Amino acid sequence: MFAYLPHTESEIREMLSGIGAASIDDLFADIPEDIRFKDRLGFEAGASELEVCRRLHSLSKANTEAVSFLGAGTYDHVIPAVVPAITGRTEFYTSYTPYQPEISQGVLQAIFEFQTMMCELTSLDVSNASLYDGHTAASEACALAINSTRKRDTILYSATIHPYTKQVMATYFSDLPVKLVEVPEKGGIVDLEAVKELLDDQVAALLVQTPNFYGFLEDYAGIADILHENKSLFIVSSNPLSLGVLKSQGEWGADIAIGDTQPFGLSMYFGGPSVGYIAAAEKLMRKMPGRIVGQTLDEDGKRAFVLTLQAREQHIKRERATSNICSNQALAALATTVYLSTLGKEGLKEIALLNMQKAHYLSERLLSELPVQLYAGQSFFNEFTIELPKPARQICERMEKDGFFGGVPLHTLHPQYSERLLMIAVTEKRSRDELDRYVECMKGALK
Amino acid sequence: MSTPEELKFQKSHEWVRVEGTTAYIGISDHAQEELGDIVFVELPELEDEFEAGEEVTNIESVKAASPIYAPVSGTVSKVNDDLEDKPELINQNAYETFIYALEMSDSSELDNLLSYEEYQKFLEEEAE
Repeated sequence: MFAYLPHTESEIREMLSGIGAASIDDLFADIPEDIRFKDRLGFEAGASELEVCRRLHSLSKANTEAVSFLGAGTYDHVIPAVVPAITGRTEFYTSYTPYQPEISQGVLQAIFEFQTMMCELTSLDVSNASLYDGHTAASEACALAINSTRKRDTILYSATIHPYTKQVMATYFSDLPVKLVEVPEKGGIVDLEAVKELLDDQVAALLVQTPNFYGFLEDYAGIADILHENKSLFIVSSNPLSLGVLKSQGEWGADIAIGDTQPFGLSMYFGGPSVGYIAAAEKLMRKMPGRIVGQTLDEDGKRAFVLTLQAREQHIKRERATSNICSNQALAALATTVYLSTLGKEGLKEIALLNMQKAHYLSERLLSELPVQLYAGQSFFNEFTIELPKPARQICERMEKDGFFGGVPLHTLHPQYSERLLMIAVTEKRSRDELDRYVECMKGALK
Repeated sequence: MSTPEELKFQKSHEWVRVEGTTAYIGISDHAQEELGDIVFVELPELEDEFEAGEEVTNIESVKAASPIYAPVSGTVSKVNDDLEDKPELINQNAYETFIYALEMSDSSELDNLLSYEEYQKFLEEEAE
């Protein structure tokens, strides 16, 4: 298949006249004048290919490249070459929604495999074709809980979930009769005693995250039973890479598992696109949001895949729909599917262990050789939060000059966090040499 | 089993068959035909309480999802478990397949319902 099919000038004129538009600009008439970009993009019309490439190349030099210890939901992981090799195929890259199964078996099969992988990772029964990102998935999971419990309007959420998740949830429920109640943190993790105190017959669900926003691991032993006795649901958000070595959400007794699969085959992309995953117990299947692919038999008795359970969706439920998600992150989810197929179960476990080992090597060196301490004495996966003697932002600026993105100063994500808190993520990509140089670099920055 | 003429109806297409203090509830033949092939019937929980007019449950067909309202107030005393595996029973015989039964809290509410003739007349008027 051709990667690019251009239009000729006369084809463009023919199409415009066919719809009664005078120019291509007319097609953007709905965009207000005052926000339209009117400048030139820095090129003269008719610039040669060489001139354009040269200019773009010099623009790209304005970017800073550095060894990344950034995290907070988006991480610098290895992407095997097979991932872009498959997602770049035009059959996937520019394919549309698989509403016609007879011409979309490849896409549908890929999505079915994605769903299957999410169920296996989370130890839950059903999953969907993916959501926009982890924060959307959290909001949809809360909506699913509200719609699956009778006459309950309250969601308890841990203070230790990602601040962006809190913001998206607040937006999601801003016009709905839903109460969002924050459960305080204690010692860097969710205060489970406070959960017991806040639990009443209005609570539809508790939402927690492990590894939590600080990177720390949380222990949910006994919580699922307490919630279920109260007829509330248990929603657990997890970095899916951590599931390669840590307990899955299903094993914690969660009814709904959510998270973001950016660590699986997706670049950091300045923050997006990403992929949200949601998996749930079978009893919640009929109200699960988004697209679901199912396996069936065609008229010749051969296995085939189709979009299924569509009575959940907006185009059938209309004003009675419980979610207005009617799409998925198909291409990005495909990258995740290819990544997981390439790694397999053993590979996933290996990479997860590498992440943990490298993060702990770095933290041990930092804690023993520098005047810094862990924000709380908790275990962690591949990300941890430390308290510095000076504002974290300053330290990071100095480290950048030496070629390191030293981490995420938590204060920049939300003013509630102290300016001296720095969150550091270490992935399998960081070499021993990079880790050792990081330590020396931070020593210098702290002088 | 009773004939449709012995049942009471709501404009939202539910029928009621009264046995003592229990109201058995299903949907009319007109409703099942409009819905098409029924693929799923959500059953309410036993002992849940509902007011007349409240949405009790949902029926899903291949092309639509329809709410089922309580014709009278009461407590769920029975549900038709056969519908879990065979939702198509409703398509096959709408008047003999109940969905759930309520222990009525106020049987005078039955007076607010339509008779079979009134329901048929309502359907004719709707069709115009």
